[in-house]
Amino acid sequence: MGALLGVTDLTVHYPTRFGIFTAIDGINLSLEPGQIHGLVGESGAGKSTIGAAIIGLIPSPGYISRGDIKLLGQSLPGLSQKAYHKLRGAKISMIFQDPQTSLNPLLTIEDQLVETIRQHSDDNYQKARDKAVALLEETGIENAESRMGEYPHQFSGGMRQRVVIALALCTDPDLIIADEPTTALDVAIQAQILDLIRRLAHDRGVGFLLITHDIGVIAEITDSVSVLRGGKLMEEGKTAQVLGHPRHDYTKALMAAVPRLEEKLDRFANILGDEPSLPTPELLWKVDGASDQFATEWLLQGNRHTASEGPVLSVRDLDVTFYTDRQFSLGKGNAVRALQGISLDVHPGQVLGVIGESGSGKSTLAKAIVGLVRPSAGRIEFNGSELPLGRERARTHPSRRKIQMVFQDPYSSLNNRRKIEDIIGEPIRFFDLARDKREQRRIVASVLDLVGMPQRAMLKFPHQFSGGQRQRIAIARALVARPEFLICDEPTSALDVSIQAQILNLLKDLQAQFGLSILFISHNLAVVRQMSDQVVVLKSGRLMESDNSDDFFARPSDAYSRRLLAETPSLDLLLGT
Amino acid sequence: MLAVSLLAFALFRFVGDPVAVMVGQETSIEDQERLREQLGLNDPVIAQYTRFLGNLVTGDFGYSYRTRQPIGQMILNRMPATVELGFVSLLISLLVGIPAGIYTALRNDGVIANTILITTLIGISIPTFVIGIFLIYVFGVQLGWLPTFGRGDVVEIGWWKTNFLTLGGLRALILPAITLGVYQLTLTMRLVRSEMQDVMNTDFIKFAIARGIDYRTVHYKHALRNSMVPVITIIGLQFGGVIAFSIVTESVFQWPGMGLLFLDSIRFVDIPVMSVYLVLIALIFVIINLIVDILYFVIDPRVRLKAEAS
Amino acid sequence: MLTWWRRIRLENELIYLFLRSPVAQVAAAIATLSVLGALFAPLVAPTNPYDLASFDILDSFVPPAWVDQGDPRFLIGTDDQGRDLLSSILYGARLSLLVGLSSVAFAAILGTGLGLAAGYFGGRLDTIVMRIADVQLSLPAILTALLVDGVARGILPREQHDDLLLVVLTVAIGLSLWVNFARTARASTFVERNKEYVQAAEIMGLHPLRIMAVAILPNILGPLMVIGTVDLAVAILLEATLSFLGVGVPPNQPSLGTLIRIGTEYIFSGEWWIVIFPSMTLIVMIVSVNILGDFFRAVLNPRLR
Repeated sequence: MGALLGVTDLTVHYPTRFGIFTAIDGINLSLEPGQIHGLVGESGAGKSTIGAAIIGLIPSPGYISRGDIKLLGQSLPGLSQKAYHKLRGAKISMIFQDPQTSLNPLLTIEDQLVETIRQHSDDNYQKARDKAVALLEETGIENAESRMGEYPHQFSGGMRQRVVIALALCTDPDLIIADEPTTALDVAIQAQILDLIRRLAHDRGVGFLLITHDIGVIAEITDSVSVLRGGKLMEEGKTAQVLGHPRHDYTKALMAAVPRLEEKLDRFANILGDEPSLPTPELLWKVDGASDQFATEWLLQGNRHTASEGPVLSVRDLDVTFYTDRQFSLGKGNAVRALQGISLDVHPGQVLGVIGESGSGKSTLAKAIVGLVRPSAGRIEFNGSELPLGRERARTHPSRRKIQMVFQDPYSSLNNRRKIEDIIGEPIRFFDLARDKREQRRIVASVLDLVGMPQRAMLKFPHQFSGGQRQRIAIARALVARPEFLICDEPTSALDVSIQAQILNLLKDLQAQFGLSILFISHNLAVVRQMSDQVVVLKSGRLMESDNSDDFFARPSDAYSRRLLAETPSLDLLLGT
Repeated sequence: MLAVSLLAFALFRFVGDPVAVMVGQETSIEDQERLREQLGLNDPVIAQYTRFLGNLVTGDFGYSYRTRQPIGQMILNRMPATVELGFVSLLISLLVGIPAGIYTALRNDGVIANTILITTLIGISIPTFVIGIFLIYVFGVQLGWLPTFGRGDVVEIGWWKTNFLTLGGLRALILPAITLGVYQLTLTMRLVRSEMQDVMNTDFIKFAIARGIDYRTVHYKHALRNSMVPVITIIGLQFGGVIAFSIVTESVFQWPGMGLLFLDSIRFVDIPVMSVYLVLIALIFVIINLIVDILYFVIDPRVRLKAEAS
Repeated sequence: MLTWWRRIRLENELIYLFLRSPVAQVAAAIATLSVLGALFAPLVAPTNPYDLASFDILDSFVPPAWVDQGDPRFLIGTDDQGRDLLSSILYGARLSLLVGLSSVAFAAILGTGLGLAAGYFGGRLDTIVMRIADVQLSLPAILTALLVDGVARGILPREQHDDLLLVVLTVAIGLSLWVNFARTARASTFVERNKEYVQAAEIMGLHPLRIMAVAILPNILGPLMVIGTVDLAVAILLEATLSFLGVGVPPNQPSLGTLIRIGTEYIFSGEWWIVIFPSMTLIVMIVSVNILGDFFRAVLNPRLR
């Protein structure tokens, strides 16, 4: 058993109105001082529950029904509330995902740091303050002394997470549980924070339990890892071995689903069978004459864009400027230049990948193309003719049908109050693509088939489906308008790795089948690698580089691009490629 | 403010024929015309409006139709009564409401918490006047402990008449103040409870607990302080509610305050009084809103820094 | 059939919680009873208190039937004009409910419409609507209601007074309540508006009115319903208060508030029933509406349970 932490047969139950729900089942885990252990799994795997159980903060009505947690030899579950609370901070601490909400916005960081230090020691104010400053410096905050009097919102995201880590450290705990600590941060900042964690584990001998869904992060800094699925432990061991030579089928499937940076595969190998989305009898339900072949034929009918000369979409010198609102007077406030001088081309049947971090302007680009946002300068040409911009684009302009979009958040891209049939049927009805109601139903059912959903889904509502399934429905909705150009704005960023692989496979298949031209936007370089033929990089509204995909990933020419590539946590080191 | 004065003026000028109301039916047409001329009712609207504004600013509020007295005088007469009543009720509502809110937020079950919750539910459902009547019945009629109408003993300080300095005065104040305070109290309590519950669920509270900060500090230093921000706005609004509902309370208890004045003016369609009251109330609200904004500034560093940055 | 019911019971949160909460059920029962009683007052009540011929001043001040000197004809006594109190309460409750419901409906339509538009279009429309709302918000509801009432009295010629009084009252209360709906609708619309399904509809080129009605409106109904029940309670309260003060319903159609006012005058002389029964009815009605409102709020916001 681990000298620092030993978890045996841990099981947590939640009573719900549907019966007893088992959040985690029979988990075993051990940790030595100074070791970084990763807990990886997709959503719902129970990783956060393990963290909550160890620190004794399982949200009610959950409870530990079986098993033991031993910290430095002391058994935890039986402790009284008071005794447990004494351990928090002193022995175990925890940090959360979002640095913004983790700090009290109304108190200075000095206040929060000093209070925490004095809670667990007898230091007077001045001594505590000095310790606090030292800690801030240790976590890499410059000018710590002068920044003590500042408030949380005055720090940037990465800095804030450092403050959070400093706060967790100031009680000198032996174990820190980090629940998705870098998920909300940009790649560059993420690299720095991970570095910090590694240093702390090494220098101070603090044990870390790192909970994340991101396999790249696991590969970067963990010494050992446990793979979780559905509350159960699938596999565990040294990281290099688990990720490099997985023994369990699930781990193998998971690793196969992770997009690689170093080469573009035709398809993701899908070892995991799809979970059936509906009970079996319902799977057999069909609409008269509906099938995926029908859908393919029908969709191909509309696609009259033969291989003509010239790009499908051409953007020239696009500028988009937003004005912030002035608080007390009318008139314009400060100018924010979201996009400056963007020019790019998408050729027929090609996928152009747009890489950019948050704030790069990538979403603004998408919105400008579809007419939701009005550029202040520049032009956009579609199929050779100029597109009216912003509000000037009439609601009946033909481009509205030919350009379609798939969004990022599957939970808000479908109207929760409408049936799937109506959601997918709306473009058909609006663009007058079917002769009558019967044909419309047939088309809807067929397209659902095509995207891998059971036809019966059309009678249901969005909330009855998971994220991946909803994204398929969103893709169906985009397809049904028979578009020539598809914009995908981070379509898989909100999905688990294995689901992401399925959706990306679907997109690849559809693109090949219908010769769609796609603008694929993502911050995840590996995903872009897998999907694109051409690539552009955006930073703070400017185009940094534009190249074809293979050349770019082999040898990017721009300094910023090189840095991005270097900072992306990759599995290459581990797998020796 | 401007909007409100415009509204008041519109009321004044266009509603009803002031002259007809003022002089009764018997005066001749010529006399009416003369009066009109004298009052300046025939001048262009803009001129009348500016005169109206000018009058307001200098404190000349015109005359009441009903009593023929200068309105300014009438208001000054009545103001202390309402202000004292309002002040005491607000105090009651805050002193009881806030602690009760905190208690029920932290303790989700248990007999005391549930009793308080049920009581407040009933509290918001009882119209103010019913409470007043009930209190009168119990304490005034049956038990005979407390006076049930009028202001009781007042002591004059300058032009301000106060209840506070005599026992009799204080006793007369109790029932109306409680009546007025109950509704506000329940509102405050519910709000504090709901805000605190929201705050207790945030990440930074969880983080504070994870760091081992003792619960007492977490509750008071962190949770309560963060809940206060929206509570302050509501307290500001409440002050307004107090002024509004004082109308009812004053009516029930025959308390000679501004509310009763306003009520009479409605009953008798006494337009000038109505419009002046309107303007005054708006003024009070504007002041309250200003104070609330200032308080926000002091308490929430985010607001402070945003203002400094721009 | 049974499994279908069982599934609905579990899956539909509203129904599930409702069946689990006896308090909500009792409140709903009371609310339903009062609604039914009030609606069918003409059928249920022993007499019609509005009909001047049906009562006799000689019958006034008869105490409830179980007290001696009581009269079985008048189950809970009569008022100062000889009207049967039970009938008066039934009719009065009906009136209160009527005014309450119609003013809330008025406020809801006006407020939601404006709030939706302000939230969706933003910009100047939003600023205008919000300024108006702010100005109005600085006046508490009762003042607004009183004012509108007073102004109306001034404007309308005296003869038509009584007939239009109910309409005036409804509009007055409605005007004082629309702001709640508008603010909530606007806030919710802001949230929904940036969601991707709305963007999808806009990209397609759907007409804004259609987007607001079909896409956004169904998704913001939740909070609006909470406001609706809360405001219903407030509306009933306001109507009662205004009638109590004598500036509400016309004098020949007493509502609960009027009855209470009448009763207050006689409280010192011992005719307690004229005040107690209408008060109790009023309180019970409002409490049940409030409980329902709380219930909706709890359904909407899981953390409160």
